[in-house]
Amino acid sequence: MPAITVNQDLVRTIAELSQLNIDAKDIDGYAADMTKVLALVEEMHTVDTVAVVPMSNPTDASQQLRQDEVTEADQRDRYQAIAPETDGGFYLVPRVVD
Amino acid sequence: MSELHTKTLSQMLQDLDNKVYSSVELTQHYLDRIERLDPSINSYITVLRDAALSRAASMDTARSKGSHSPLAGIPIAHKDIICTEGVRTSAGSRMLDNFIAPYNATLVEQLNKAGVVTLGKTNMDEFAMGSSNENSYYGPVHNPWQRDRVPGGSSGGSAASMAARLCAGATGTDTGGSIRQPAAFCGITGLKPTYGRVSRWGVIAYASSLDQAGPMAQTAEDTAHLLQAMAGFDPRDSTSINQPVPNYLAQINAPVAGLRIGLCQEYFDAGLDDNIRAAVMTAAKTLESMGAILSEVSLPNTQQAIPAYYVIAPAECSSNLSRYDGVRFGYRCANPESIEDLYKRSRSEGFGREVKSRIMVGTFALSAGYYEAYYRKAQQIRRLISADFTRAFEQVDYILGPTTPSTAFKLGEKLDDQVAMYLQDIYTISVNLAGLPAISLPAGQSQGLPIGLQLIGRHLDEGGLLKVAHNFQQASDWHLRRPDDNQ
Amino acid sequence: MHDWEVVIGLEIHTQLKTKSKIFSGASTDFGSAPNTQACAIDLGFPGVLPTVNARVYDKAVAFGLGIGAEINLTSVFDRKNYFYPDSPKGYQITQLEHPIVVGGSVDIVLKDGAIKTIQVTRAHLEEDAGKSMHEVYHGQTGIDLNRAGTPLLEIVSEPDMRSAEEAVAYARSIHQLVTYLGVSDGDMSQGSLRCDANVSIRPQGTETLGTRTEIKNVNSFRFLERAINYEVERQISVLESGGTVRQETRLYDSDKDETRPMRSKETATDYRYFPEPDLLPIQITQDYIEAVRLQMPELPAAKTRRFIQEYGLSDVDAQVLVSSVALADYFETVARIGGDAKLAANWVRVELLGQMNRDALTPSAATLNSLPISAKALGTLLARIKDGTISGKIAKTVFAALWQGEATDPDAYITSQGLTQVSDNAELIPIVDDVIANNPQQAAQYRAGKMQLMGFFVGQVMKATGGKANPQQVSDLVQARLLD
Repeated sequence: MPAITVNQDLVRTIAELSQLNIDAKDIDGYAADMTKVLALVEEMHTVDTVAVVPMSNPTDASQQLRQDEVTEADQRDRYQAIAPETDGGFYLVPRVVD
Repeated sequence: MSELHTKTLSQMLQDLDNKVYSSVELTQHYLDRIERLDPSINSYITVLRDAALSRAASMDTARSKGSHSPLAGIPIAHKDIICTEGVRTSAGSRMLDNFIAPYNATLVEQLNKAGVVTLGKTNMDEFAMGSSNENSYYGPVHNPWQRDRVPGGSSGGSAASMAARLCAGATGTDTGGSIRQPAAFCGITGLKPTYGRVSRWGVIAYASSLDQAGPMAQTAEDTAHLLQAMAGFDPRDSTSINQPVPNYLAQINAPVAGLRIGLCQEYFDAGLDDNIRAAVMTAAKTLESMGAILSEVSLPNTQQAIPAYYVIAPAECSSNLSRYDGVRFGYRCANPESIEDLYKRSRSEGFGREVKSRIMVGTFALSAGYYEAYYRKAQQIRRLISADFTRAFEQVDYILGPTTPSTAFKLGEKLDDQVAMYLQDIYTISVNLAGLPAISLPAGQSQGLPIGLQLIGRHLDEGGLLKVAHNFQQASDWHLRRPDDNQ
Repeated sequence: MHDWEVVIGLEIHTQLKTKSKIFSGASTDFGSAPNTQACAIDLGFPGVLPTVNARVYDKAVAFGLGIGAEINLTSVFDRKNYFYPDSPKGYQITQLEHPIVVGGSVDIVLKDGAIKTIQVTRAHLEEDAGKSMHEVYHGQTGIDLNRAGTPLLEIVSEPDMRSAEEAVAYARSIHQLVTYLGVSDGDMSQGSLRCDANVSIRPQGTETLGTRTEIKNVNSFRFLERAINYEVERQISVLESGGTVRQETRLYDSDKDETRPMRSKETATDYRYFPEPDLLPIQITQDYIEAVRLQMPELPAAKTRRFIQEYGLSDVDAQVLVSSVALADYFETVARIGGDAKLAANWVRVELLGQMNRDALTPSAATLNSLPISAKALGTLLARIKDGTISGKIAKTVFAALWQGEATDPDAYITSQGLTQVSDNAELIPIVDDVIANNPQQAAQYRAGKMQLMGFFVGQVMKATGGKANPQQVSDLVQARLLD
C-alpha cells in the first residue's frame, strides 16, 4: 500500500472526528506532519502478516469477573467540586439539540 | 548534613532507622534544594511543602513508636500523570491544570502505606507524549548535567529531579521508553516493569496496552525498594497480573555467573553513536568478567517497532483522550456557544500541538477504510515482535544494548522534526509492544553527558534485571556520578 | 400504485437486572437524585479503568439459551468512539465482532392465531449512556450520568417482520422472555426495554431491500406500532410521489404521532471500533453454560403447553395466564389451593384481572405479591365454593370485601358475616313450601308446563334466605315440592 499524502480535506475530516479546531494557518503543518508519520509507518507494509493473529494486549490471561455488589457510595459533592458547571446535581452544557 | 542528598535511598533508610537524622530534616533539606536549584531545571510542577513536612513528622513519630514501614520517611516525587488525591494532577497539560485528583492511584496508596513522604509532582511531556520534556504546558525541563539540553521524556521531570538529587526516588511511566530514555539522558537508574506488574488504576492513560508505571532512582537497589512497594495485583485494573510479588531485595545480591546475556545485533547498527557503543561493550565485558556468558541474538523485526508503535499508541490515545471535553472536569473554554463549540475549543485550547497531532494520527489509523491497513496491521506486527523476544529468550536470559542512539540533545534541536524525535525510541519501544520488563542504568559518559545501558528481561523477571544491574553497579561507579555544577 | 411489502428489523436494548453496573460497582437503582450513582469510572475520570460484572454473563447466557442461540465461549469487548454529552468517556464499551450470543429465534403468535418464527441475528453486552435533560435549564442541557454504565443486552433481529403487528408481537415476546428469565425487570416506563426499529419498503415480490430508516428509542409497544405505521405510510408516499427514501435516523414524537429525523450529528459518524485494551477476552466454559441452563425457569412456550395439558385450559386462557411469571405462579397457587383449575382460571382472568384493570394495576411480580387478595386467599375462597360453603355469587361479595381491605381471611369473613350457604333441607324445605304457598298462580303455571318460572321460585327462596341458600339445592327442592 503506497504511503498516503495527507491533504487539507483529510485533516479537516480527522479534526472533525476528533472534535478539534485546526486554524487555517496550521492545517498544512498538521498535514505535513501526518504525512511524514504515515511514511514512517509505511515500513509495516513490507512485512507479510497474512496468518498472524493481532495482539491487542501483551497479557495472555482472560478477564477476571467481579461479584455483582454495590461498592460505590454517593460522592457527588466531592466529584462536582471540580466540575466546570453544575446545578441541582446536573452537569451543565450548552443546549444539545437531538 | 549538607550532603544528605548524595546518599542512596537504601543508605537513608538505615540512617533514619539509626536516627542519624530525621525524616523532617531530610525532607526540609530536599525542599531547600528544590527552592534553590529547581528554577534552572524546572523538574517540579507542584511542590507540596507543608504537606511533606507534616507527613515527615508523622513518619518520624511512627518510627519512634517502633513502627517500621519499608520506606518510612523517604521523600519521593510522583510524575504528574499519577493521580494523587487532593493534589493537582496535570499530566503536564493545560487541560488538567485545574484538575485536583479526587482519588489516589493504587501505586500511590501502596507507596503511602510503605511510608513515603511525597515532595511533589514532577514535570513531563504532555499526556506522556514526547521524548524530550519540551512538550509541557509548564515549560521544558532542563537536563541537570547541561542546562541547555533535554532530560529526555516523557518522565523528564522525575529523571532530572533524581539526577539533581531533588528527591530520593521518583515514579515515572513508560509507554515507548519514557522511563528508560530520560534515565539514560540523566544518568540514573529507571525500570519499566512487565506490563501488568504495577497497577494502572489512577495512572492517566496514554496508550492502554503499552503504559506501565515504574521506579526511577539512583541505584538498582534503590529501584528495588521502590518497585517492592509499587508492584502487585490490583482487581481494579483488569490487565493487572495476578501473581505474587517476589522479594526483589533478596534477589539482587545473587551473582551473575552463568547468566546468558545476548547482545542484539540489530541494536548495534550504523545509527548508534560510537561512544555509546564503546560504553555498552565495556559494560558487557564487565559482566562477562563477573561470569556472565555473552552471545549474539537477533530480533529481526526491530525495524518494525517504531512504525507499529506510532500507530498503536496514537490510536489508543485518540480514544483515551476523548473524555477531555470540558464537561465534568478539567479545562473548559470561555462562553461556549454550543456543545460542539464546547468540545472543540476546550480540546483545542487545552491540548498542545504534539497531543493534537497524535490524536489525529490515531483517529486516522482507526477510521473506516484504514483500520485494517494501519491499526490491525500494527497489532499483527506487534505479535511478530513479541515472538522475536520469545525466541531470543530461549537462547539467553537477558538482552543487553544501548538505551538511546545518542546522548542528551540540545533543547529545540529536534522540535521541528517530529519523526527525528520519534526515532529516539528505537531501542526502547519493542519492549513495550511485547510487554516485557527492562531497565536502564548509567554505563558511561560522553563529553560530560550520561550514557545508559539497557537490559531487557523475560516476563516478570524484574528481580533478574535488578540483580544484573546491581551486580554491575558493584563493579562500576557511573551511577554514583552527579551533575557537578555547584550542587 | 404498487403493492408494497414492509420489511422490519428490531434492535431491542434491554437493561439487565443487576445490582451494580456492568463496568463499575455503582448502583443501578432507578430514580435516584442526579449523579448520585455515578462513580469515578462512570464519570470517566482520568486514570479510571473498567472491571466486568459477573452477573451480566448469567443474564446474557440465560437469554441466549432461552432463544436457542449459540453462546460464544470467548467474547471480547470493543470501543465505539463518538462524542455526545451522555457518553462521558467519548466512547461506549460494547461488543462488535465477538458478541456473547449468536443466532437463535423467537416464535410470535399473530392475531389470526398463526405462528411465525423470527430469527435473531445476535445479542451482545454493552453499557448504557446517561440522560440528557433538555427542558430543565434554559439554553442549557443538564447531564445525569446515573444511568451511564447500566448493563444492556442489545438483541438484534433479522429483518423478518412484515408489519407493525408482527414487530409488536416480537417485541412482546422478547419482553416476556426477558422478564421470565429474570434477565430484565421489564419495566418499560423506567426504560428497561427500548426498541429501535429499522423500517424499509419494497415492491411486493422483489428481493432487494429498500433504503431503511431507523426509528430510535421507542419505549412502549403502543408507540412502536404507531411509529412503524407512520413511517411505512411516509415511505410509501415518498416513493409513490417519485422521491427516494433517505437513509437516516428518526425519532418518534408521541404528541404529534409522527417520526422526524434526528438532528444531532452523532448519528452519522465513523465509530472507529477497536478492541477495548483495558479489558481482556472473557472465557466461559460449557460447564458454566450448563449451570445457567439448570437454573433457568420454565419458559413461556413450555408453560403454556403445560397449562393446556395439565389444567385443561383453553389456548386463550393459557396465554393470558402465562403472560407474566408472577401471574402464572399466582394462578397455579390459586388452582392448587382451590382444587379446580378451570374455576381458578376463570376467577383469575375475569374477577382478578378485571379488578386490577379497573384499578390500573399491571400484573408485575411486585404488584401481584402485594395485592389485597393473596393467591392463598383467593384459592381458599374458591375452595369454599367447591365445598359448598358459599355460592359463587356470595364469593364475589367476599372478593369485593377482601379487595377493599375489609378483611384478609376469607374464612373469618364468611363466618363473621354469617355468609355460610344454607344447604340443610330441614331449613330449606319449610321456606320452599312457604314460597310455593305464597305464589299459587305461578305454582299452577309451572305445573302446567311453564318451566322458566323455576328462576322466579329460586329467586324468591334466595331472597327469603338473604341469598344464602344453595341455589342448586333450592332448584332441586322447588322442583320436587312443586311436582310433588
